[in-house]
Amino acid sequence: MINKILEKISWKWIFLIVVTALYLILGYVNFELAKQAFIGSAELFQKIIPVFVLVLMFIFLSNIFFDPQKITRFLGREAGIKGWIIVIVGGILSTGPIYMWYPLLSEFKEKGMRDCFIAAFLYNRAVKIPLLPMMIYYFGLPFAAVLTFYTVLFSIINGVLVEKLLKL
Amino acid sequence: MTKVILKQAFVKAVNNFKQVFPIILGVVMLVSLVIVATPQSFYKNVFTGSKIIDPLAGAVFGSIAAGNPITSYIIGGELLDQGVSLLAVTAFIFAWVSVGVVQLPAESLMLGKRFAFTRNIISFISAIIIAILTVIILSFL
Repeated sequence: MINKILEKISWKWIFLIVVTALYLILGYVNFELAKQAFIGSAELFQKIIPVFVLVLMFIFLSNIFFDPQKITRFLGREAGIKGWIIVIVGGILSTGPIYMWYPLLSEFKEKGMRDCFIAAFLYNRAVKIPLLPMMIYYFGLPFAAVLTFYTVLFSIINGVLVEKLLKL
Repeated sequence: MTKVILKQAFVKAVNNFKQVFPIILGVVMLVSLVIVATPQSFYKNVFTGSKIIDPLAGAVFGSIAAGNPITSYIIGGELLDQGVSLLAVTAFIFAWVSVGVVQLPAESLMLGKRFAFTRNIISFISAIIIAILTVIILSFL
């Protein structure tokens, strides 16, 4: 019976149902905390709306301008060093929460984007240019500079490793 | 460019987002739940003063934590003031932005389970390696 229900509901809905169930359980145990979390969710959702629109726009534009051949040329097998530069710069400049970029990357993956480039893009999101002054304030300029350098360097190492491990 | 192409591209983009909306909503709710359930004071009790366990604990709790990276800087700054090693704090703030346990279900559903797990495990190990390398380099500066 459960298996039949699970077959009909896709995993994305199961995930949402599980999270909602967590809220209900928390509400039963500690109503105030669940209320805070719910209000926090609403505020967070409000904050990500601009990124939501931005990513939707990117997907729309990619549907027009990026066919699989173009993706292969810039972010696929033929990309080479050009691909690394695109994902490093793109990852650093991309704004908003990381999960907002999964749909666009998923779309690009279907069109031929290499796993190493997806991993490197996501890794470079650890470099937060608007937050650098804050990092310098708390930890100093040498710390911020060294950490940023290693982040970019390791994004390439991680990308290569992820792709190699996925091929095993 | 014809109207038909524009319409097709728009419909495809909207359909794509309809597909991922429940996942995004679930992650937003989960992130908020983790933020509320783990107050900033929680992290102060995680570190024991051990030079070996603390960096690992930093990476583990940084991976599980969610929210704005500014929060990790504030917590990291406070932890340094309390005598927690720079190694542990670096692993903590770096894992915060590079590993996403809370986002893992969403990443798995959209980019593939194997990809998501492999990427996050490698990022977790890197967080510790980067912390070690950063502290070594800083000791020479």
